[in-house]
Amino acid sequence: MNKSCLLCGVGGQGVVLASKLIAFAAMEQGKFVRTTETIGMAQRGGSVVSHVRMGGEIHSPLIPMKTADILLAFEPAEAVRCLPYLKEGGTVIVSSKAVKPVTDTLGGSTYEGEDMIQYLKKNVSNLAILDGEELCLQAGSAKVLNVALLGAAAASGALDISSEEMEKAVTSNVKERFLEMNKKALALGKAAYEHADRL
Amino acid sequence: MSTEKKLVMGNEAIGLGAVRAGVRMVTGYPGTPSTEILETIAKQNDGSIHVEWSTNEKAAMEVGAGAAYAGARTLVTMKQVGLNVASDPLMSLAYVGVKGGMVIVSADDPGPISSQTEQDTRHFAQFSKLPVFDPSSPEEAYLMIADAFEYSEKYQTPVLFRPTTRICHACVSIELLPKIEVPKPEGFIKDTMRWVIFPRLSYQNHIKIEARNVELSEVFSSYPMNRLRKGSGRKGVVSGGVSYAYTSEVIDGNIPFLKIGTPHPFPERLAKEFLEDLDEVLVLEELDPVIEKELLQIAGKYHLDVKICGKLTHDTKNAGENSVESIRGDLNRFLGIEDDKTEGGEELDRAPALPVRPPVLCAGCPHRASFYAVKKAMRGKKAVFSGDIGCYTLGNAKPLDMVDTCLCMGADVTIAQGLHIIEPDAVNFSFIGDSTFFASGITGVVNAVYNQTDIVLVVLDNSTTAMTGHQPHPGTGVTMMGDVAAKISIENILRGIGLTWIETVDPLDLDKAVDAVKRSAGEKGVRAIIFKSPCIAVSKPGTLYEVKQDACTKCKVCITQLGCPAIAVNDGAVVIEPSLCYGCGLCSQVCPSGAIGEVECNE
Repeated sequence: MNKSCLLCGVGGQGVVLASKLIAFAAMEQGKFVRTTETIGMAQRGGSVVSHVRMGGEIHSPLIPMKTADILLAFEPAEAVRCLPYLKEGGTVIVSSKAVKPVTDTLGGSTYEGEDMIQYLKKNVSNLAILDGEELCLQAGSAKVLNVALLGAAAASGALDISSEEMEKAVTSNVKERFLEMNKKALALGKAAYEHADRL
Repeated sequence: MSTEKKLVMGNEAIGLGAVRAGVRMVTGYPGTPSTEILETIAKQNDGSIHVEWSTNEKAAMEVGAGAAYAGARTLVTMKQVGLNVASDPLMSLAYVGVKGGMVIVSADDPGPISSQTEQDTRHFAQFSKLPVFDPSSPEEAYLMIADAFEYSEKYQTPVLFRPTTRICHACVSIELLPKIEVPKPEGFIKDTMRWVIFPRLSYQNHIKIEARNVELSEVFSSYPMNRLRKGSGRKGVVSGGVSYAYTSEVIDGNIPFLKIGTPHPFPERLAKEFLEDLDEVLVLEELDPVIEKELLQIAGKYHLDVKICGKLTHDTKNAGENSVESIRGDLNRFLGIEDDKTEGGEELDRAPALPVRPPVLCAGCPHRASFYAVKKAMRGKKAVFSGDIGCYTLGNAKPLDMVDTCLCMGADVTIAQGLHIIEPDAVNFSFIGDSTFFASGITGVVNAVYNQTDIVLVVLDNSTTAMTGHQPHPGTGVTMMGDVAAKISIENILRGIGLTWIETVDPLDLDKAVDAVKRSAGEKGVRAIIFKSPCIAVSKPGTLYEVKQDACTKCKVCITQLGCPAIAVNDGAVVIEPSLCYGCGLCSQVCPSGAIGEVECNE
């Protein structure tokens, strides 16, 4: 069966790499994969969205609205921005830590992320909120937020990719010296999903 | 393993397809969304392929033409606006023709997502009378590029290849095919009746080209990338490019459906066969109504009683990119189906206001310092700032607000001249990047010197082509294949043109930079300031900076003057985010209280 996963976050958070790992795992299962990214002109700090579509007959590289099986959000506001892609009853996994845009600082407005989390709680039936900052702290690096989220995504079952298959994708693509840390991040993500603040 | 599947980006697929087809010469100029094609080939190069970033698209096209004259399979890559620069050789080359296969990739950018225009390369194909291939997916592009080489060689003509952003930047799992064996280039055979363009030759070749295109239209009617699916009913749909993929996602399998892979020469017989059975046809394409107009011509030519709907009838939108959703809407209106608004998805409440994340110059970007220095030096004086294409176009954003005009590559230098001649009491600055200077800035400087127009040329030399992903250029001393080349000095070029007032300054030394700008403003003639400081992506970070909280008065000058993404207010305190700071130190030079300094090493 076809599955699609929308990943969203901010430039520099490792969104694109995470989408490549999901694509790799699906290809290992012998599935056809189509992906694309929508990245604006931003060098850093802009919104980044990755579309991953897996399965049989798929034409468009972009996920049609209201059809994503799972939304993997690296940031609360980006989750809200991309919510129109989610299908009815689809899964949302979101890291609760807000990334403030530079223009907020200039304009004096105060985006904190909590409004977004409340909105998600009201509008998403299948929601898991992860404390991404804490997971990174436990794993030992801010750079493994993407892999921790992958651990949670695999655990959710929404991708049709098992935790073992996800680990294999990470092992095949991550440099040896970062492997232990990434495996730890995967396991932390999985555990966090299982104990997540869910509705 | 030959059956191994790889996830490749559309641009990689085009590059790998060209390597498979035995390409020997690859030239181009970086431009989104085309850049990765040439870079892929450089990575795949076993040493048998000459790969170069040329100075600009015109140079790329002409170097490529020379190689194709000598019988080599040649690929030239650029974005759509680059084809404007290369249009002079393109138009003549269409008359002269080639010997080795020559494929010119010009990537269009519906949206536009990162371009000045929504121009349509398919028009260039019609205008130059050249064949054009229009892939609808990365996997089709992979196969099509080999076809393009074959047709080019068979008909001894350059051919255009037109992917769009959603083809170029989409990835797909594909199986790589074995290499096609091609004979070694024969070499250049002298023949003035062939290679020297003269009016008489152009006339004779024009006749041949028209006849060839009639033949190609017939040949393309049987080309598998042009496909007709018969169905039932009197309403049909025609599409091409990525719109074909979107349409395939939503169209009913019984609706007659024509896919166009070669918009020029248009596969007339195939299209006529399609139109003959129908009363109404909807055309789904991006950018201009190219397929739509071809169908209208065919309907008129053969007196077919069929209505062609699309952009010209306002049934589809005439700007911006298509999507599965827009195409579903177009199709439903055409077929008289009511949109099912309740289908799928949860009913959403009104979302809270979302933070905007506009593109900004990176923390530590030397362009910020250059713009700030000019802004500070010219405060209260009448000055106009002409900008250009590159990362430094972002100097237009608040709080810098230092780009008053931006048109096309190299136009900063010349627009500034036109502005100054009409309003001589203003000081006219022109900002140009190093790669842009080489690509198309030099003739503009010659023009200013020759015509004695007063401008201040500001070269933002960051030692790379930053915007498109850090490609080398003639000033970097490295070629695409990593060979060491002589660095071409911008300062020496300017001296050679006759400038006498030239200063090279580090923009991160704010006082010196401001002083240089002030002095330049008081001079006449063409003056140049070269702000030299490397892009943060090609240099190592310096010692990081921090705000000493006891000295900070919270005046926020650092934030309101510079707009650096690393400086933020956290719980009322102004702080520098260490993961973003690059240690440029500009903020420490702007702080009126001396509260920003280098991070002191602990212990």
